[in-house]
Amino acid sequence: MNDTVILGAYVFILAIIVGFEVIARVPSMLHTPLMSGTNAIHGVVLLGAILVAGQADTVPTYILGFIAVVLGSLNVFGGFVVTDRMLQMFHGRRGAQR
Amino acid sequence: MNPNVIGVAYLISALLFIFGLKQLSSPVTARQGNRYAAVGMTIAIVATLLDRSILDHHRGNYILIGIALVIGAIIGIGSAQRVKMTAMPQMVAIFNGMGGGAAALVSILEFLRLSTGTHLAPAGQGATIMISTAIGCVSFAGSMIAFAKLQELMTGNAIRYPFHRELIPVLLVVIAALGVVAAFVTPNRAVFFALVALALILGFALVIPVGGADMPVIISLMNSLTGVAAAFTGFVLQNELLIVAGALVGASGTLLTQLMAKAMNRPLTNVLFAGVGAAPVGAGMTALPAGATVREISVDDAAMLMSYAGQVVIVPGYGLAVAQAQHQVRELASLLEERGVTVKYAIHPVAGRMPGHMNVLLAEADVPYEQLYEMDEINGEFQHTDVALVVGANDVTNPAARTDASSPIYGMPILNVDQAANIIVMKRSMRPGFAGVDNPLYFDPKTAMLFGDARDSLSKLVSSVKAAGGALVAS
Repeated sequence: MNDTVILGAYVFILAIIVGFEVIARVPSMLHTPLMSGTNAIHGVVLLGAILVAGQADTVPTYILGFIAVVLGSLNVFGGFVVTDRMLQMFHGRRGAQR
Repeated sequence: MNPNVIGVAYLISALLFIFGLKQLSSPVTARQGNRYAAVGMTIAIVATLLDRSILDHHRGNYILIGIALVIGAIIGIGSAQRVKMTAMPQMVAIFNGMGGGAAALVSILEFLRLSTGTHLAPAGQGATIMISTAIGCVSFAGSMIAFAKLQELMTGNAIRYPFHRELIPVLLVVIAALGVVAAFVTPNRAVFFALVALALILGFALVIPVGGADMPVIISLMNSLTGVAAAFTGFVLQNELLIVAGALVGASGTLLTQLMAKAMNRPLTNVLFAGVGAAPVGAGMTALPAGATVREISVDDAAMLMSYAGQVVIVPGYGLAVAQAQHQVRELASLLEERGVTVKYAIHPVAGRMPGHMNVLLAEADVPYEQLYEMDEINGEFQHTDVALVVGANDVTNPAARTDASSPIYGMPILNVDQAANIIVMKRSMRPGFAGVDNPLYFDPKTAMLFGDARDSLSKLVSSVKAAGGALVAS
């Protein structure tokens, strides 16, 4: 175990506590959008995909890196757009124009 | 670019994620919250693209990364914009699977880079590579099955296979053992790829026996697993933002999974191992009295019954969503209100296919928010309700959940529709619901069935209520 791993563990544990606290009182009507929103946030793995694709230097790593970036990008862009579409429904009721 | 600048950009992103998540848990600010998170993500992506390891040594790879980013963005945005609101759950499942797959690929690539020949990866990275690879593969495979089941590419029923309870712990132990070997003993690629294969099999094995009705809980579980996998890729790459965002999603996803399981009264272990709907045919039928028959009602009679009611409670279910009938329901409700009938909507926590799914669908049809009642608020009201109109809901109205201990859905909180004076059930056919269990409600003498497509029947009801209104004025 080196210092970076220990530091990472601190960050990990604190973020878990924040994750629990921040959504502790969510009404059930928001469960689906919230699941979809968190789904988009874990698309952050795209950063990892970009970093490893940036290191690629052989044909197999080019291919795997390329696929990883495509998948991460799908997760990020699709995730945020689909969440926005869901949440858009919660506005503009009562005769408002859409 | 200066690593400190990237560090600051990551810090801002992390704060935007936390702030966005906070706002996502309140209806008024939710949309804004999602946008904050998206801004955070944009900052993070730009900062990562400027990472020195790519900028200084591998500039040629920008073309590869750029093309891949654009392909993902086009497909992702395109399908997210086109998907019907009813198909939302499987859309979330498939995006989640993509994230899990990406996490696994990142770790696989790091393994290939760090462990060459007989050279092991550094201990901390070796261990976290194994964890994020395994979890990412499970999430990828599990999400794909969840997608296939919801999209009806395969049967939505629970599929039992021999020894499934035993298989899962065995797979877990073998995967853990392979991980230890590949991380600390020998960087043998065959061992590592055996871990990949078994983790994929574990993902399939976990979700295949789960019935369609439990799928929301599974998607939520897979969502939180992908978060954890992303966090561990953060350890592998020593990237703090990945750790923060992954852990946030892992934690909130776990909490959300528990909330959903609680709303359905299905402990997670039951969801994973009990397999509702796999019960032999007939198990759910014990509650039915011998020779029970169903009573049909005509559109005009149903319209009359509701027009002269004091209070009508509409119970919308997945059938309404499938028929895209939310607008017709709203029209019928407005007409009844004009006649002085009190109209309320009873929303079961898992109406539709995911908690909150029905709220989204009704909001789309401009149903006033104040008319939507959650289960606990409305259940006491059914006794004073003249007509309960069940539109394409089934399992959430099944009184067997309250009365019949042998029923597979026994104990699930339900809407007490059977306490209303009259019940009109709109349904396509007598086919059992998603849980595959018969519903004694349909054989209740107070219940009348209105068979047909929900949208079609509702349109007919609307015109019939209009006609009845005319007659009332004329007389």
